[in-house]
Amino acid sequence: MSQSFDEITAQLKRRHRRSARLKHMSMGALILAAAFLFIFIGDMLVKGLPAFQQAQIQVEVSYTEQASQIPPAAVGEDVRGLVSRGYLRLIPGRMRDNPELLGTTRMEWVLADSSVDQYLKGHEDALRGSEARVVERLIEGGRAELRFNTTFFTNGDSKMPELAGIASAAVGTVMTLIVTMLVCFPVGVMTAVYLEEFAPDNRLTQLIEININNLAAVPSILFGLLGLAIYINFFGVPRSSPLVGGLTLALMTLPVIIITTRSALRSIPDGIRQAAFGVGCSRWQVVRDHVLPLSLPGILTGSIIGMAQAMGETAPLIIVGMVAFIPDVGGSFTDAATVMPAQIFTWAGEPDRAFVEKTAGGILVLLAVLISLNATAVWLRKKFERRW
Amino acid sequence: MLNEQIVENREKPRGVQRQPARGEPVSRNEKANHELSIRVRDLNLWYGKNQALKNIDIDIYQRNVTALIGPSGCGKSTFLRCLNRMNDLIKSVHVEGLVEMDGHDVNAPRMDEVALRRRVGMVFQKPNPFPKSIYENVAYAPRMHDLVSRKADQDELVERALTDAGLWNEVKDKLQQPGTSLSGGQQQRLCIARAIAVQPDVILMDEPTSALDPISTATIEDLMDKLKQQFTIVTVTHNMQQAARVADYTAFFHLGEVIEYNDTQMMFSNPYTKKAEDYITGRYG
Repeated sequence: MSQSFDEITAQLKRRHRRSARLKHMSMGALILAAAFLFIFIGDMLVKGLPAFQQAQIQVEVSYTEQASQIPPAAVGEDVRGLVSRGYLRLIPGRMRDNPELLGTTRMEWVLADSSVDQYLKGHEDALRGSEARVVERLIEGGRAELRFNTTFFTNGDSKMPELAGIASAAVGTVMTLIVTMLVCFPVGVMTAVYLEEFAPDNRLTQLIEININNLAAVPSILFGLLGLAIYINFFGVPRSSPLVGGLTLALMTLPVIIITTRSALRSIPDGIRQAAFGVGCSRWQVVRDHVLPLSLPGILTGSIIGMAQAMGETAPLIIVGMVAFIPDVGGSFTDAATVMPAQIFTWAGEPDRAFVEKTAGGILVLLAVLISLNATAVWLRKKFERRW
Repeated sequence: MLNEQIVENREKPRGVQRQPARGEPVSRNEKANHELSIRVRDLNLWYGKNQALKNIDIDIYQRNVTALIGPSGCGKSTFLRCLNRMNDLIKSVHVEGLVEMDGHDVNAPRMDEVALRRRVGMVFQKPNPFPKSIYENVAYAPRMHDLVSRKADQDELVERALTDAGLWNEVKDKLQQPGTSLSGGQQQRLCIARAIAVQPDVILMDEPTSALDPISTATIEDLMDKLKQQFTIVTVTHNMQQAARVADYTAFFHLGEVIEYNDTQMMFSNPYTKKAEDYITGRYG
């Protein structure tokens, strides 16, 4: 006998309840993940945004003969501990370059010591009694304020927090990624083209394929060890240079580029290849004139994501010595350099509290670059998306 | 071999027929042209261990339309792709036998498949214009083969090919638009223009109208009728009325063999073999 609607509805109730439960659980998981992300980014913003501001104080600077020998003598004794030592050190040089300064006394806005910076940002315990009183007086007189921190973006690393900046690490990152890109992109794309369009389907190519897929899953620190053993110890590439870092990251990014390029090539409908062969294209012409141009957006997207991944990588670079202390911006591909994640790692290990905000600030810069790289990838994909 | 097959397949006597030579159609179409274009003898083809074509003997004549009909999976498309070696692209395929064009064995190691495809063009089931402009779709291959060098020659060639394909009047004002923006029937005619732009001898058509509506189909059929003045056309079709309308000769394939190769009129009015008759009258297939 067939069932009535009422009977069927009664049975269905339980099934509907179960699916509702599952739906709520999956929504809960999503909310949890979003909450973690929110907390992480929120914490970084709270800790890191102050790093983009820096305390400056207005003090009287006297360019005396004595100051050119002993720089701290240029400022009054009461504010001597409040002015950045890095600023004071520059005074003799400036006097040499500008002889007319000698004998003058000027009111100048100068970079404050990191303890003043921290005090202004609300950490009252950063200064001792007498210095705190001096700073309070400066604040009342409008002679101490937080200004946009250009030092952070123009300086290299420093042991003085108020002078430490991300610039040398950013330049190092760019140089390292240039090396990675120059090695990875041509080699990766040509490998993928060969495997996808030319290679015979035999044991050997299958073995190569499996190995490439496995390489993408190898822990990155192993690539660091490989880079150390081969590039530095065997080929003698200078350690902690962008060259060796870039080559090491290239090892890691190569499988990613090969895999994404192959899937981009595979997504080109066979009709296009057939049409090209049908009008008498050679295999190479089919690839060059039809398949590659059509799959280029996919290849670029994959490469950008691979590059973004390489950019955030720290472990293999630590092994090849790229956690160096680099105060100077720039240099050649064979000079010692550091990269942004390694710089963040270094700052995270500094005991001075002022470095906490530097660490978070560095993370914010890195995140901003990564997000814009990924956004570029998404944009490229959307722009060139094709319907067949 | 055709003769033996005919004897094998004949279950009831059918009219008086002259004994055809190997590879020839059973009856001659006196209106058709009989200069040989492609000679196929003992052609066998395997997909891995699976034999897809068995001892095919067939003569294809110049400036005719030859239709290949038969149930799905009978090997007619596979056979068509042997004629310009498109089967080379499938790794598991193994071919034996002779496909001869202009006195050259198409499968010989010395034959360059690029040269072959330059003389044997192809139009596919699904219209597949390049995702380039209409102009570029036609101009690409002649330029690649160095048939034209000057821009003016190229323009002229594009116009001629599009005119021959019956598309010029519809697209002459939008040559720079993408080929994929055209309707299905127009895209297929663009593919035909692309194929004839390199002046081949033979055009292979693999079910060229199966993805098109009846009006576009009729246009393509008219076009085939015109094009056979210049080109040898070999077409695969599932549509028997189409074969009857456009073809001079028709070959009926079944399970990888040519069961009957006959004048189209005779094939559809008085087929020589029982199997062909059953297929044509719709008893199976």
